[in-house]
Amino acid sequence: MLKEGKIRIPSGCAIAAVISREGDRMTGESIVSAMKPMHDRSNGLGGGFAGYGIYPDHKDLYALHLFFDCRDTRKSCEAFLKEHFEVVKGELIPTRKMPEITDEPIIWRYFVTPLRSVLADLQLDEKEFVARTVMKINTEMKGAYVFSSGKNMGTFKAVGFPEDVGRYYRLDEYEGYSWTAHGRYPTNTPGWWGGAHPFTLLDYSVVHNGEISSYDANRRYIEMFGYKCTLQTDTEVITYILDYLIRVQGLTLSEAANVIAAPFWSTIESKTDDYERNKLKYLRTVFPSLLITGPFSIVMGFDGGLMALNDRLKLRSMVVGEKDDKVFIASEEAAIRVMEPDAENIWAPSGGEPVIVTVKEGKF
Amino acid sequence: MKRVYVNEEWCLGCRLCEYNCAFANSGLGDMVLALKDRKIFPRIHVEGNDSITFAVSCRHCTDPICQKSCIAGAISKADGVVRIDRSKCVGCLTCVLVCPYGALSPGEDGIMQKCELCLENACGAPACVTGCPNKAIVYEERSDPE
Amino acid sequence: MGIEFIYPEFEVVRDRDRCIACRVCERQCSNEVHSYSPVRGVMISDESKCVNCQRCVSLCPTRALKIVKSNCRLRENANWQDETVKEIYKQANSGGVLLSSMGNPKPLPVYWDKILINASQVTNPPIDPLREPMETKVFLGKKPSAVRRDSEGKLDFSISPQIELAMPVMFSAMSYGSISYNAHASLARAATELGILYNTGEGGLHEDFYKYGSNTIVQVASGRFGVHEDYLEAGAAIEIKMGQGAKPGIGGHLPGTKIVGDVSRTRMIPEGSDAISPAPHHDIYSIEDLRQLVYSLKEATEYKKPVIVKVAAVHNIAAIASGIARSGADIIAIDGFRGGPGAAPPRLRDNVGIPIELALASVDQRLRDEGIRNNVSLVAGGSIRSASDVIKAVALGADACYIATAALLALGCHLCRTCQSGKCNWGIATQRPDLVKRLNPDIGSERLINLMSAWRHEIMEIMGGMGINSIEALRGNRLMLRGVGLNEKELGILGISHAGE
Repeated sequence: MLKEGKIRIPSGCAIAAVISREGDRMTGESIVSAMKPMHDRSNGLGGGFAGYGIYPDHKDLYALHLFFDCRDTRKSCEAFLKEHFEVVKGELIPTRKMPEITDEPIIWRYFVTPLRSVLADLQLDEKEFVARTVMKINTEMKGAYVFSSGKNMGTFKAVGFPEDVGRYYRLDEYEGYSWTAHGRYPTNTPGWWGGAHPFTLLDYSVVHNGEISSYDANRRYIEMFGYKCTLQTDTEVITYILDYLIRVQGLTLSEAANVIAAPFWSTIESKTDDYERNKLKYLRTVFPSLLITGPFSIVMGFDGGLMALNDRLKLRSMVVGEKDDKVFIASEEAAIRVMEPDAENIWAPSGGEPVIVTVKEGKF
Repeated sequence: MKRVYVNEEWCLGCRLCEYNCAFANSGLGDMVLALKDRKIFPRIHVEGNDSITFAVSCRHCTDPICQKSCIAGAISKADGVVRIDRSKCVGCLTCVLVCPYGALSPGEDGIMQKCELCLENACGAPACVTGCPNKAIVYEERSDPE
Repeated sequence: MGIEFIYPEFEVVRDRDRCIACRVCERQCSNEVHSYSPVRGVMISDESKCVNCQRCVSLCPTRALKIVKSNCRLRENANWQDETVKEIYKQANSGGVLLSSMGNPKPLPVYWDKILINASQVTNPPIDPLREPMETKVFLGKKPSAVRRDSEGKLDFSISPQIELAMPVMFSAMSYGSISYNAHASLARAATELGILYNTGEGGLHEDFYKYGSNTIVQVASGRFGVHEDYLEAGAAIEIKMGQGAKPGIGGHLPGTKIVGDVSRTRMIPEGSDAISPAPHHDIYSIEDLRQLVYSLKEATEYKKPVIVKVAAVHNIAAIASGIARSGADIIAIDGFRGGPGAAPPRLRDNVGIPIELALASVDQRLRDEGIRNNVSLVAGGSIRSASDVIKAVALGADACYIATAALLALGCHLCRTCQSGKCNWGIATQRPDLVKRLNPDIGSERLINLMSAWRHEIMEIMGGMGINSIEALRGNRLMLRGVGLNEKELGILGISHAGE
């Protein structure tokens, strides 16, 4: 059977997220618990988490999380990294042995910073260089896979149920100001850890529930700009699209949402505000191939915030709740109630309406 | 009221209207049975020459001169439609003489006939209109029927 | 006649029991096949003149007529087929190049028919176009590579001129001269009503149709017929015709008999003179020359109109398209080898060029590989026959499709392939006033609108089935396609998997 990346595997899912607007740090325990009532939305073939603000001691360094298939791959990959980066620290990611999680690869993390000389040589900015290097390792280095590459954030994922994956990675020992989580229900057995969510590039991480029908239109478009969709998953292509729109094209979060979950033309024409109408028309005209159709609910984590978004028809469930400075997002309200039994203002954002929550300036 | 109008710009002179008219007023259900090996007596006639053709049928005039001239009182007008009472017509041809459009003519039996908009036969709507392949004959309401 | 005799291709079968001798067939046949014998009181026919256009069949009120293929055949021979031998007889008789019309009738592969479309089941929902919005609007034109903002951070909305289409279909180029005034009127009115565009072809734009300008593509071809400032200004876009799918590499020839009255005035050439379009544009012998013409036209119209470059699908089409995408053109129209000409030597028509499916797929992929797909929009033509062909073309990578034969069929064409005779009984490919009037634009435009509305409904249904509610999410979405009965190479070029994969 073909491994994920050689073939496209659709899947259904559960997602959850939490963020503190005040930048208060929370352990991963609560987000792991949130996945329990949504157990049936996963089938044990993938779970994962992303935490932001979890590496305060190395916050200016890129934290690369990698899977290796064997020791030799790790050695050659480390050699490659050292040619391009100053590797400040490299270590095994601590895990907990448990019967629910098996067949684990070698899982390491490196705190790195690109070598100035290399950047100057390639005339690239730091982020572009890191993004390209990640892409290079993932496409060209057999047996090595970078699954997290941002600063002061990290992704943790595995084949298994999400609540088990959280315990496996000992997330109760990390503290972050925001967390996202994902449980996967693929329709086929990927049997590969890289296929689990969140999917990340730099500090962008995406958890996603849905199966987008625009996949190949989006993929073939975004691949023109140096991205390589190695996994053939929706989450991967959505992450690259958001990276392209926000980092490369400089769109705001809500403008990016207007591209991927664009309002219908009839809605655009009914807008009375000239700038708003022209903006929406402009974005649809310029980026038609980045419109995402078919069901999705996503939560994108980024440095200092979260954005939640549904497809424009709202074909996937997603609810938002609040309590004090915290905002909770999940596929089901039950998950929110686990994190915060007294959550208030529970509401279901409408299709295409982005929910953007950021941590107060200076608090992260 | 709706009347039959002719757009000579689109008339092809194919004469299908004449055959459809004759068939519609034959009372038969099959055109072959109705028209094969017979001379036809349609109530619409295609006039013209090589460069222009158009179909002519009764205009159902506001003040029909045929009605005034009928010596037998066979022609009447009701609900905007000019009709001939076959039982009263004596075949004197006065109406043919006076009609400026040439819209009346004797039928096979010598009794006068004219377009009655297919209201009395099985068609229900003018057969010349439904059968015209180029919309050269239309059945519609116009503001100035004259 | 002797050795020069070729038995007529068709037979006129008249059911004597049904014929009422109304003589409609006689009046309607410009080829003078039918006549009335007053002596015998019956209709008779000369089938040697019949082109099988079916006008008489359609208008016979008693269904007394049918046209069948003559069964007077030569002795069977798989190599020397009847058609081949008769073409040799014709050429031995005349010494001339054979001439025919409309698209390639040979049984060459039609890839559309070997491509199947996906639908949603279980993992994502199909969308019902009767209940949910389903968008078919597209914009054709160059897209900017980077978003710009002003000093206050507001988006700069200025972009290259775009064509807006309510659905991804346009009527492709058919010149006034090759087709009639009424055919043009029908196309122009339908395009306007439908919110799409039609194309003047190379014969200029009749003054009566300037009012449809915002739904018109004005073409500039190698003969430059009817090209002047007002003409360029009149349209929504300008198309440079480099070639035509049915006859790549050769020009056009509209005989002087068709250059009459308004056709002559619109083309700006004397009445009765042959309108001969050279094979090349004599100011374009290479890609850099094309760039100059593109920019000349843009200068002339103050950069307000997108420029389309239309090329025939030939072997090296991907590289050619890549060159065009860098030439300043906003849109590339690719015409496949099954495209229908008003007149073409069948030897060329049936043997030169490549299928649009393969050309489109390789061009779209090449432009993406080079990262310049955004520089241009792609329009695919050359026998798009149905809504599913449109869907497949868009999924392969087309922004829109050009249709012409399908539009002519809606206007009454029965594909008799004798447009070159100028005696079109359906009033389409003729300039004879008595024949032109057979096409009433009220009927013609309504039928075109019906056809396109029907296709639009079907496109929406198929898209909905795939769970796609906007046509732009289908563009280049090749995962929605699978091949059947195609070999690895063909699948590779089309960029699709085989059914079952």
